[in-house]
Amino acid sequence: MPVLCSCCAEKRAVLKRPKTGHSLCKECFFCAFEEEVNQTIVSAKLFKPGERVGIAASGGKDSTVLAHVMKLLNERYNYGLELMLLSVDEGITGYRDDSLETVKRNEQQYELPLTIVSYEELYGWTMDAIVKQVGLKNNCTFCGVFRRQALDRGAIMLKVDKICTGHNADDVAETVLMNVLRGDIARLRRCTAISTASEGEAVVPRCKPLKYAYEKEIVLYAYFKKLDYFSTECIYSPNAYRGYARTFLKDLESVRSSSIIDIIHSGENLSVREGVKMPVQGTCNRCGYISSQTLCKSCVLLEGLNRGLPKLGIGKHNRLHHKILSRQPLSEKEERKLKSAEF
Amino acid sequence: MAAPIAIQLEFGGGAELLFDGLKKHHVTLPTQTEPWDVKQLLVWIQRNLLKERPELFVQGDSVRPGILVLINDADWELMGELDYQLQDHDNVVFISTLHGG
Ligand SMILES: [Zn+2]
Ligand SMILES: [Zn+2]
Ligand SMILES: [Zn+2]
Repeated sequence: MPVLCSCCAEKRAVLKRPKTGHSLCKECFFCAFEEEVNQTIVSAKLFKPGERVGIAASGGKDSTVLAHVMKLLNERYNYGLELMLLSVDEGITGYRDDSLETVKRNEQQYELPLTIVSYEELYGWTMDAIVKQVGLKNNCTFCGVFRRQALDRGAIMLKVDKICTGHNADDVAETVLMNVLRGDIARLRRCTAISTASEGEAVVPRCKPLKYAYEKEIVLYAYFKKLDYFSTECIYSPNAYRGYARTFLKDLESVRSSSIIDIIHSGENLSVREGVKMPVQGTCNRCGYISSQTLCKSCVLLEGLNRGLPKLGIGKHNRLHHKILSRQPLSEKEERKLKSAEF
Repeated sequence: MAAPIAIQLEFGGGAELLFDGLKKHHVTLPTQTEPWDVKQLLVWIQRNLLKERPELFVQGDSVRPGILVLINDADWELMGELDYQLQDHDNVVFISTLHGG
């Protein structure tokens, strides 16, 4: 017995919205989903007319839906934005090259110009080469740190005013949980923000138009719209820690579907007692990127790779940074520590 | 006795990786005394199709949270979920939301 759409009361409902519990038909769902993203963009004043906006595109479901919806809303509501796709090629054979094919198709489908920046050209290392040196245990650290900076460097090359990313409500809730578990108060405060202001010249402001969109709805939107996306797990083992947080969150959601939004709201309303020490953001002495240390994480990791000391930058070796910065030789003991092969 | 029924199963969003990378499967569920429901279908899939890591597909007697199920292109939450009685020519889609964004 088909359930009727609770909005138009005419057509057959195709999904139950996790956020509201409403049963909607395809057309009413598309309309509700797109309107909510528009509301998010308008009420948080994410963009100004005339801005150049880079859409971080990975070929995955979130960024594919983001590109599709941004293009559509920009035309429907005359945002006046100049949109373009920005992708990072980490250099992972059989994974990123396939997903980049998807992004290249998106470039045609959405008629948005695409720029690809690669780890190889930016850092001189592909992820394949990094994994050869560091093994499979900490490679996600390298990849995450390098990707963040790669997007910024690409954005600067393209002279965009902003980058928007496909982070959805589930991703944000997950990050809140992870930061609680790690006790990372500085990140906990930042991670629910819908946009980041420019933090110095090397960092382009970012925003998350899908921040309040549930993963379920993103996947169903892509499914019913038959959007072309890529869905293979990174071959270099996914971030295990995030995996635990994700599983926990999905379990919570199956008990109560509002838990995702509830967690985001708790994160947003968190206030930190006065006098709690926060890391001071400065800039990296070598590359100018934001950093709370003399050297940014990416420069430290890179230095480690180039010197054959891959453990540099993993864990706490901050006191060695000034030595590296001034190109002083490391003692034998320090070398051994950073080389040790329990990767 | 319920006659055998022919249905189409589809796996997507990365769930197909647990089924040899095959997205579409045409299967015939054999005759049994009671009508086939989704709960029994999940057991049948586990025994007959699932190639690896069953914990990534099922949890308890249902699908793992984070896997969406569509029956004839409608959210299974509108169709009675595990209790839905399968009909000949039904189309059941499983989409993982757990794979990369
Ligand atoms: Zn409707
Ligand atoms: Zn640096
Ligand atoms: Zn995601």
